[in-house]
Amino acid sequence: MTVNQEKAEYDISAQAVTKTFGSFDALKGIDLHLKKGEFVTLFGPNGAGKTTLIKLLSTLAKPTSGSLTVAGFDALKEAGKVRASVGVISHDPYLYENLSAFENIKFFGEMYGVSDTATRATELIDLIGLGARTHDLVRTFSRGMKQRLSVARAIVHDPSVLLLDEPYTGLDQKGARIFGDTLKWLKSHERTILMTTHNIDEGLQLSDRVGILTSGKIVYEGLSSDLNNDSFKDLYITHVE
Amino acid sequence: MHKIWAIIKKDIITELRTKELFTSMLTFALLVIVIFNFAFGFAPGVLNLAAPAMLWIAFTFAGVLGLSRSFALEKEGNAIMGLLLTPTDRSLIYFGKMISNTIFVFITGLIIVPMFVIFFNYNFLDTLLPLIPVIFLGSVGFVAVGTLFSAMAINTKLREVLLPILLFPIIIPVIVGAVKLSTQVLSGESILEARSSLQLLIAFDIIFLTACSVTFEYVIEET
Repeated sequence: MTVNQEKAEYDISAQAVTKTFGSFDALKGIDLHLKKGEFVTLFGPNGAGKTTLIKLLSTLAKPTSGSLTVAGFDALKEAGKVRASVGVISHDPYLYENLSAFENIKFFGEMYGVSDTATRATELIDLIGLGARTHDLVRTFSRGMKQRLSVARAIVHDPSVLLLDEPYTGLDQKGARIFGDTLKWLKSHERTILMTTHNIDEGLQLSDRVGILTSGKIVYEGLSSDLNNDSFKDLYITHVE
Repeated sequence: MHKIWAIIKKDIITELRTKELFTSMLTFALLVIVIFNFAFGFAPGVLNLAAPAMLWIAFTFAGVLGLSRSFALEKEGNAIMGLLLTPTDRSLIYFGKMISNTIFVFITGLIIVPMFVIFFNYNFLDTLLPLIPVIFLGSVGFVAVGTLFSAMAINTKLREVLLPILLFPIIIPVIVGAVKLSTQVLSGESILEARSSLQLLIAFDIIFLTACSVTFEYVIEET
């Protein structure tokens, strides 16, 4: 497959990607390809390299070797274009605590170069069900509300690719359910989504494909439709241990 | 320019709500001036010689407190990562943060100078007006480097300690230039008569601004 064909078919393409910190190999040759509109979840224990992979894909860090293409752009040579095409949701909300929900989304909209940021911010805050708290400061929000607002921040520029780094961390059951509904909505809008999580139930339910990342390597890949929770938990334990 | 203005506006709104930077900088500067006033208050000869240095000691040490908090606020909720994820040139982020920090430090300077003039019995109008451009030029050079080092120290546990240790040796040329210029202005020379000191200060401002805006990208990003 040529580079152009690969760019046309895949929204995320990682080939032989490694990342080394000093003498520690965080990623040891990752090959990962996500088709446009596909939802893939990577499960893995702490220290497996999940966050490092998300950082490389979002251009917050550079790989030691290998090639990365995101939304048709080379993540090393066209970092600005990649950033304009990607939204990132993490376990940290990446929001300003002393700004209101509206001010936060408007600010990030301006930084992404969105036109009419005020209207866009209002639309998105209504969409995630925080319309009644539009002008409240983020520091007064619950963890779940901040996480939903971080979805608005991540999609303010209408990105084609979403990277989710353990987004369920710290959410209670109600918060996780509401957040899961938001992700289902995002999935239904033809976005390519890569999620890393410990939450096997949610990950399996939402994804088209799943993988297991451990010690810097993807050791398993499969279709979610071929798996149920129990069989996948057995698989996960076998691979991780 | 639009993105730089968005960062400045965000920082001003945050400061108006929290008042963290102004409260810490002004309280510290006031305490330094009061201590110096008691220490040198009964020796007018010494006072005239030491006044410009005292002013800049109060100003820079107070400024370090503000600079230290500036990027600490970006770290709350890891908002800095959200900012770095946007397709914004890193030099624009630097200039946005640098300009908002300069505004805060300059305003603090504008409040410190009248207090200083009152405490040390200077002629208010003759002293105050010529000192304003000196304070501004000193602020720009000081904050240009301070913003870079504040970003550098953001991920360290000892950032409050690390920032002054890194910052003060580098900004010595700016401080020396600002103190010399302040001495000349306080002794009654017009700012244009003190041309060589003025040129030195402007030159270091330009050098530091250019160098820091170029290196900011490498400081703020992971490799």
